[in-house]
Amino acid sequence: MRRAIRRSWLGVVAIVVTFVIFVIPFIFIIVTAVKGPQEASLLEFTWPSEIRLWDNVVEVIQARDYMLLTAFINSTLLTVASVAGMVILGAMAAWVAERRQGRWGRVIDFVVLSGLIIPPAVVPTIWVMQELGIFKTLHGLILIEIAFGLSFAVLLFRAFISTVPRELDEAALLDGAGPIRLFFQVVFPLLRPVIVTVIVVQSVAVFNDFTNPLYFLPGDANATVQLTLFNFQSQFKTEWNLLFMNILLITIPPLVMFILFNRQIVAGMTGALKG
Amino acid sequence: MATARIRANTPAASRRSHSARRRVHSAYPYWFFIAPALIYAVLFLVPTFASFYFSLTRWTLFTSTFIGFANFVQFFREPNLVQGLVNTFVYAAVTSGLKVVIGMALGVLLTSRIIARGWLRSVVFFPVLVSTIGVGITFSVLMHPTEGLINQVLALVGIQGPYWLTDPTLALISVALVDVWKGVGLATVIYVAGIVSIPQEYFEASRVDGAGPWTTFVNIILPLARPATVTVIILSLIGGLRSFDLIWAMTRGGPGFTSDVIASVIYKQYQAGFYGLSTAGNVILFLLVTAIILPLTWVLNRKVTH
Repeated sequence: MRRAIRRSWLGVVAIVVTFVIFVIPFIFIIVTAVKGPQEASLLEFTWPSEIRLWDNVVEVIQARDYMLLTAFINSTLLTVASVAGMVILGAMAAWVAERRQGRWGRVIDFVVLSGLIIPPAVVPTIWVMQELGIFKTLHGLILIEIAFGLSFAVLLFRAFISTVPRELDEAALLDGAGPIRLFFQVVFPLLRPVIVTVIVVQSVAVFNDFTNPLYFLPGDANATVQLTLFNFQSQFKTEWNLLFMNILLITIPPLVMFILFNRQIVAGMTGALKG
Repeated sequence: MATARIRANTPAASRRSHSARRRVHSAYPYWFFIAPALIYAVLFLVPTFASFYFSLTRWTLFTSTFIGFANFVQFFREPNLVQGLVNTFVYAAVTSGLKVVIGMALGVLLTSRIIARGWLRSVVFFPVLVSTIGVGITFSVLMHPTEGLINQVLALVGIQGPYWLTDPTLALISVALVDVWKGVGLATVIYVAGIVSIPQEYFEASRVDGAGPWTTFVNIILPLARPATVTVIILSLIGGLRSFDLIWAMTRGGPGFTSDVIASVIYKQYQAGFYGLSTAGNVILFLLVTAIILPLTWVLNRKVTH
C-alpha cells in the first residue's frame, strides 16, 4: 500500500516535471503564435488578450509573396520524391545484397556503414552537382536526399529481408517468375511493415532537413519550409507572432506523422540499431 | 522417389542442378544495384574522395591551384578555427554524456510501474520530430537574459539566471543543453527497448535475493542494458560531431567565435568563398569522426562479447 502511494507520487512528480520541461515550450509557441504583434514582441508567457489565429495564419502565408505556400509545395515534392526513391532503390539494393551475401556482402556492409558515419563533403558535392547541371535544382536536391538517406534505408530493409524465408523465392521461381516479378510482386508487398517505417522516419527527416537545402538549393524561389523560418527571422524582427505561427505551421506535418505512426517511428529508430 | 535419387547422381542431373542454381542466382540480379549505387557513388563517394584533393588546393569551383597543406596549416594557426575544433569535442562530449545519463534515467522510469507511461513517453519523444530550426528559435527566445521565460522563472525563486546565449563561456553549453532537450527522447526509447529485452528472471532473482532498487539498477540494468548505452553513445557522437543547424539557428557561432564548431566553420568559409579551406574543414571533420567512432565502436562492442 505504501509502495503504491510512493509509486503514484513519483508518477505525479514525473508528469509535472516533464510538463514543465517538454510541454511548456510548445505552449509558448502556440500562445505567441496567436497574439497580436505588440503583445507578442514582449515575449511573455501569458494568455493572449485577443486570439488572432486566423489573421496570423493568413498573414504568414501571404508574407513575401506567398513564400510559405511555395515552400510547402517544394518541401512536399522533395519529401515524396526522395522518400519514394529511398524506398524503391533501398529495397532493391538490400534485397540483392541480403540474398547474395558472399564477398560483396562485406563490401556493401562497409559502404552502408560509411554512409551512416561520414559527414558529406559540402563544396565537393556542389562541384559535382554543378558539373552535372543539377546544382540549385529541386531534382538535384531530391537525388542528394536519396544518396544521403539510402544507407539508413538499406540497413532497415536488410534486417527485415533476412527474416523473409528463401523458400518463398524458390516457389515463385518455380512458378516461372523472373527477377522483376519476384521482387515487385512477391517480395515488395511482404516488406510492408518496414516500408512504412522507412517512409515515416525518412519523411520526417527530409521534411525537417535544413542543412542540405541551405547548401544545395539556395534562393528564395526554391525555399523549403525550414528555410522560410530562417528567412523570416530577420524580416519579422519585431513580428514574433508571425515567426512563431510559422514554426507552428511547419510542426503540423511531423505532429500528424507522430500521432498516426508513433509505434513505427519508435520501432524504426530503435530497430535499425540492432542491425 | 528411389529412381529420382538414383538419377540425381548422373552427370546430366548434376548439370541440371547447376543450371538451376544459376537460375536461382539470377533471381537476384546485380543490375538491381545500378541505380542506387550510381546515385550513392556520384553524389556521396565521389565528393568524399574529391574532398581529399581539393582540401589541398586554392579553389574557385572552376579552377584549383595545388597549395599543399597550406589550408590545414591555416586551420590550425587561426585561433578561431582551433576553437571550433575544441568546441566540436566539447559539444559532442556534453550532449552524448547527458543523453546517456538522462536517457537511462528516463528509460528506467518508463519501464517501472509508474502511472501515465504512454503520456510520458510521447511527451519526451515528440521533440525528436520537431524542426531543429524551430526549436532553436524558440529556445533562443526562452533563453533571453532578461525577458526570457527561463530567467524570469528563476528570478521568481530568487536566482539571477545566467546570460545563456550571450555569455561567451556559456553559449556553447546552452546550445548543447537544447540539443539534449531535443534528442533525449531518442536515447530514452533506445533505453526502454534495451531494458524491456532484459529477461524478467534477472529481476525476479534479484528480488528474491532482497536487492533494493539501487542494487538492481547497478547490478542488472546497467550491465545488461549495455548495448543500448553503446548505441546511444555512438549515435549521439555521430550527431554531435557534425551538428550544425541548432548552433546556426541559436548563436551562428557567436558571441564572437565562441560557439563555432567545425560544421559551422565549414559553412562560414564556404560563404566567404574559401572553398579550399572549407573543404579542409570537411576533411578534418571526416578524420575526427572516423578517428573517434571506429575505435570506439570496436572497443565498446568487443567488451560485450567478453
